[in-house]
Amino acid sequence: MVDETKLTPEMQEKLAKVAAAQRENLEKMAKEQKELAEKYDVHIFCCNSTSCRSAGGESVLEALESAVKSNELEEKVRVVKTGCMGLCSLGPLVQIEIKGREPVMYKKVTPLLARLIVLEYVAKAIETPKEQPLEISEFLSEHILPLDIPFFTKQEKVVLSNMCKSNPESLAEYVAHGGYQALKKVLDTMKPEEVIEEIKKSGLRGRGGAGFPTGLKWEFASKVTDTEKFFICNADEGDPGAYMDSCTLEGDPHAVLEGMLIGAYAMGATTGWFYIRAEYPLAVERMENAIRQAKKFGLLGNNILGSGFNFMVELRLGAGAFVCGEETALMASLEGKRGSPRPRPPYPVKSGLFGKSSCINNVETLANIPKIIAKGADWFASMGTDKSKGTKVFALTGRVQNGGLVEVPMGTTIREIVEEIGGGVADGKKLKAVQTGGPSGGLIPEDQIDLQVCYDRLKAVGSIMGSGGMIVMDEDDSIVDIATFYLGFTVDESCGKCAPCRIGGYQMLQLLKKVADRKGTKEDVEKIKQIAHAMQKASLCGLGMTAPNPVLSSLKFFPEEYEERLIKTGSDAE
Amino acid sequence: MTMIKARIDNIEVEVEEGTTILEAAEQVQVKIPTLCKHPDLCATAACGICVVKVAGRPNLIRACCTPLDNGMEITTRDPELVEVRRNVIELILSKHPNECLTCIRNGNCELQKLSADFGIRCEEYESIVPDLPKDDSTKSIVLDPRKCINCGRCVEVCQNQQAVWALSFLNRGISTQIAAAGGIPLAESPCIKCGQCSAHCPTGAITEYDDTLAVWSAINDEKKHCVVQIAPAVRVAIGEAFGLKPGELTTGKLYAALRRIGFDAVFDTNFSADLTIMEEASEFVERFVNKTAPLPLITSCCPAWVDFMEKYHYDMIPYFSSCKSPQGMLGALAKTYYADKKGIKPEDMVVVSIMPCTAKKYEISRSKDMYSSGVQDVDYSLTTREVARMLKQSGIDFLALAEEEADSLLGEYTGAGTIFGYTGGVMEAALRTAYYFVTGEDPKDLDFVQTRGLEGIKEAEIDIKGTKIRIAVAHGTGNVETVVNRIRHAIETGEELPYHFVEVMACPGGCIGGGGQPTGVTDKVRLERTAGLEKDDHAHQIRCSHENKEVQKLYEDFLGKPLSEKSHELLHTHYVPRPCYKR
Amino acid sequence: MAEEKSGNKYIDESVNVVKKWKNKRGSLIMALHEIQGVFGYIPWESARTVAEQMNIPLARIYEVLTFYNYFKLEAPGKVIISVCDGTACHIKGSMNVLDAFKQELGVEENETTPDRLFHLQVVRCLGCCGLSPVAVVNGKTYSSVTAGDVKNIVAEWRAKEAETA
Repeated sequence: MVDETKLTPEMQEKLAKVAAAQRENLEKMAKEQKELAEKYDVHIFCCNSTSCRSAGGESVLEALESAVKSNELEEKVRVVKTGCMGLCSLGPLVQIEIKGREPVMYKKVTPLLARLIVLEYVAKAIETPKEQPLEISEFLSEHILPLDIPFFTKQEKVVLSNMCKSNPESLAEYVAHGGYQALKKVLDTMKPEEVIEEIKKSGLRGRGGAGFPTGLKWEFASKVTDTEKFFICNADEGDPGAYMDSCTLEGDPHAVLEGMLIGAYAMGATTGWFYIRAEYPLAVERMENAIRQAKKFGLLGNNILGSGFNFMVELRLGAGAFVCGEETALMASLEGKRGSPRPRPPYPVKSGLFGKSSCINNVETLANIPKIIAKGADWFASMGTDKSKGTKVFALTGRVQNGGLVEVPMGTTIREIVEEIGGGVADGKKLKAVQTGGPSGGLIPEDQIDLQVCYDRLKAVGSIMGSGGMIVMDEDDSIVDIATFYLGFTVDESCGKCAPCRIGGYQMLQLLKKVADRKGTKEDVEKIKQIAHAMQKASLCGLGMTAPNPVLSSLKFFPEEYEERLIKTGSDAE
Repeated sequence: MTMIKARIDNIEVEVEEGTTILEAAEQVQVKIPTLCKHPDLCATAACGICVVKVAGRPNLIRACCTPLDNGMEITTRDPELVEVRRNVIELILSKHPNECLTCIRNGNCELQKLSADFGIRCEEYESIVPDLPKDDSTKSIVLDPRKCINCGRCVEVCQNQQAVWALSFLNRGISTQIAAAGGIPLAESPCIKCGQCSAHCPTGAITEYDDTLAVWSAINDEKKHCVVQIAPAVRVAIGEAFGLKPGELTTGKLYAALRRIGFDAVFDTNFSADLTIMEEASEFVERFVNKTAPLPLITSCCPAWVDFMEKYHYDMIPYFSSCKSPQGMLGALAKTYYADKKGIKPEDMVVVSIMPCTAKKYEISRSKDMYSSGVQDVDYSLTTREVARMLKQSGIDFLALAEEEADSLLGEYTGAGTIFGYTGGVMEAALRTAYYFVTGEDPKDLDFVQTRGLEGIKEAEIDIKGTKIRIAVAHGTGNVETVVNRIRHAIETGEELPYHFVEVMACPGGCIGGGGQPTGVTDKVRLERTAGLEKDDHAHQIRCSHENKEVQKLYEDFLGKPLSEKSHELLHTHYVPRPCYKR
Repeated sequence: MAEEKSGNKYIDESVNVVKKWKNKRGSLIMALHEIQGVFGYIPWESARTVAEQMNIPLARIYEVLTFYNYFKLEAPGKVIISVCDGTACHIKGSMNVLDAFKQELGVEENETTPDRLFHLQVVRCLGCCGLSPVAVVNGKTYSSVTAGDVKNIVAEWRAKEAETA
């Protein structure tokens, strides 16, 4: 640490000048970007998230750009690649905004369709007076995705708000949309304790699954004195079938970084670490890019924006281990070790990464921070329920009509999410159950989905909030199979350190498979329950403790699906 | 010191801050069962058996790694806890072969005991023992991953206590197993055969390489003249296998028992420990006074340390004492000096040694110097544990035996010879004789207490009539690096040497805590065994090696003088670098 | 110290990769990722080199390599087929797709075909659940895959490889 008292007045002046120039640069950049956006009549937003890219989004983007060019529309039309637009199952998605006209979204866009959109719709719209409606060919109109469906209207976007209208690779766009204003506010006007107070007041709880109050965590960490303190972003989204965090990193990396900067300032951290799942190359690329930009513009490094706050960031990849979502395992992994959890205490805030005081927050948690600071704790706390404030992003997948990324206020019912936003079950089938919390969560049967999503109510029915996976199952899906799938997953992902999880999980899976194969007996089901109890009680970490959840909740709500597969023995046999 | 007050099973308990629930419970006579926690080692928190309830906490808490907190209300037993523990044991048993009757640890296996305590009477879950091969490549210790319960003790010992990094975990989940890096044979790993893993293993997953059958057939071979030697540390530990307390001296009974099972002569490694001192103290004086070779002088009687040095600290070779270990010296003399006197051809002899050590099995063939009699000097090296089994098998009522004496020529020993068995003992014995060599008189106080105790590294300055000798004693290879690095630093920079004389023993506590000793060693046991040897030292009239009559006679009749040509031929050895991969 | 080349590509390349990381904290896994990026797996010589260069026990490196799913200790085939078995893909029949690949290629998961052309593996969620079930072949994503598509996918890549060969 630099002893600031030793700086000469000349040096201080020099530093102040650098900081002032940095601020000026940012403001200029925001202004120029806003002006640039104003200049165009037409904005074509093309989703460039992993999902839409996988569906061909890259070539759609190219087609849009080249069509604009070849039709000499560059002066009037701007093509913007964006983060996730939400309705991933219908991607690649393209949204067109023309001054004076209602925005239009196209689904399942192909390169050919992209060229047609430019030619038939954009070019025509520019030529046609605003009042005059446009005639659109059937070919195109078949691909129009109405924006007034509940999927879009019922959502409340906080974390996802910036994503679908801005280029995640551009710092200019982020600041033009108000980015880093929250950081400025914090550095210029708030003491660390005031930041913590604000976050506490907002009621924000960790979005990684356990729901620990974020402000409280920061407060604990802020009270520890250490030579070095770390702020870690847990981006090791492990729930298979959930991709909120990857989309957030891809779609709004600066928001996550800004959230981390604010948290680091509040707890007094010196270095930040992003631990990102290796399966998310795009998220990694975008975050690396954001870090580079932030460094370049003085948002990372020494004396950030002239505040005297110094903070650097490192980015590291996971290597395929679900258990590394657990805090102590994640830190072990960052240290270059096996990702095995260790007993607590000591807690990470006391002795974490490399033995230093560390605070770990999940991606979505951090993405909420700049919004809370900018709009105030009261605004945030006005959304949600008693004990669960704000919104929650879910990855709505499975047998649902409109699958994708959705964000709703806490307290929204599962039924609203599935039936309204998701448009109900696909192919006219009947809903059977919804699973939240991934492999650590549980099934919620159809007759209980009027349940409001919030940490406590989900727990009360034997599931958990989790990180935000929400899988819809229809009447044809086998509950026993899905339970076997989840348990198989956790057995694969058990670190192997503690006996209850390592052997218990494996033995339970053998019994479950036996039952699934119609070779099991009532006694086997009893043994499953017995192992579940031992695992819940004696496992070292959350992975082992919660691994039985999918099995137990399916046994509780769908006993008949198990019974139907059992071999009758003893008194049950006729 | 902050004290913590809490209640365990409704009994008030007060302990120092940082004491775990498991340790605190022992103070109120509650033994919480555990399979993975060993008093020597950091808790791995692996087995999940030591779970207890803490009032106000929804989850069960592991007693082994949770410090007691003020006001905690702890329940260590109730039907649910018993149920959970039993279930976890049943699960562990399902992945452990049901081979107790044919297992080397039958009767002293921690898993077997726990299973008995919990009254487990059936196999609750289908057996899922993986088909994994044994690794006996070192011929010193044997790894049987099928019997491993993944408690992590051996890895903790090997990586952290011993800093050897031979053992590690491989794979994850149900496939997790212990193995050397990437699953290569242990013999190709940094393993120094210290056997601390085997001494800490709760089951039969890591054991000594069993040479008892070969020794039985040697004994039963009438054409062979079979002699045996007993290392210092064995006599205070073997009794444990027969129900004696650690540290009880059984030398005389051991001589008697070994004769009864058929050895033709019973010698004592303590004799050759005295001889080692004659050679090593002479070597030290040579280097210190006559500067014939560089200082510091580093002891070489621990084969695991020699192996470690040759692999990772071979720049220390010039400082190593060229003396063979007492085991090696006795082997060489038995097949030359003794064989001559008895008129027996060395090839008709079998020399067996009983050692507290698994690395001694490696030492007997480690270089061509171990064949100085023309044939292999020591044929078999047994651990204390193996000999205890042989004695039991032979039906001898060990505890009831009358005490006997060792055979002459290679049997007499002094107090200095016997203390080779604990950390600092070699140094102390050497100092007694070096003092005499330098000054011509014995030191007034023979007890060099600075060398004693279980501190990992002991440093002192010894005054030999005005001449200051700086010494260091390190035990547990985890402590060696510090000492070696200090020496290295001084040599590189030309600064004054931190030490003139250094003793290293690979096992914590020295040989009394050796990897071949009865299992269940803790610091308490180490101190008790040490006390046994100290008692033996003090019980001897003669407590200096140079006063050993048989040693004196050996020099008169055979060797000439210390460091003579003959000595070099039979009692000294060479070292070569044996680089191994990064540990 | 002058840089010495060993002449062994696994060692020299690894020395090169490690240079960037060895003075950074917590970077073992990053270095290993990069080496796998070069060779497609982590050869023994590379692991030894990383150990020496980064001053980490080799045993620790193998503890790590065998813990994380991502790392391969043997060279995979040229074309890597990853079948996603995240929940969304699983529900929509990813196991049927996997079985079809197994049958088509004659290998089990995590195996390479005898001609070293195809490597079949299962991955857990690639973050495009909306397109489930998904399979990725050397970076190209196939969405809503059915068992019936498998023959064509394999043929497509076989042809592509024959062309470049």
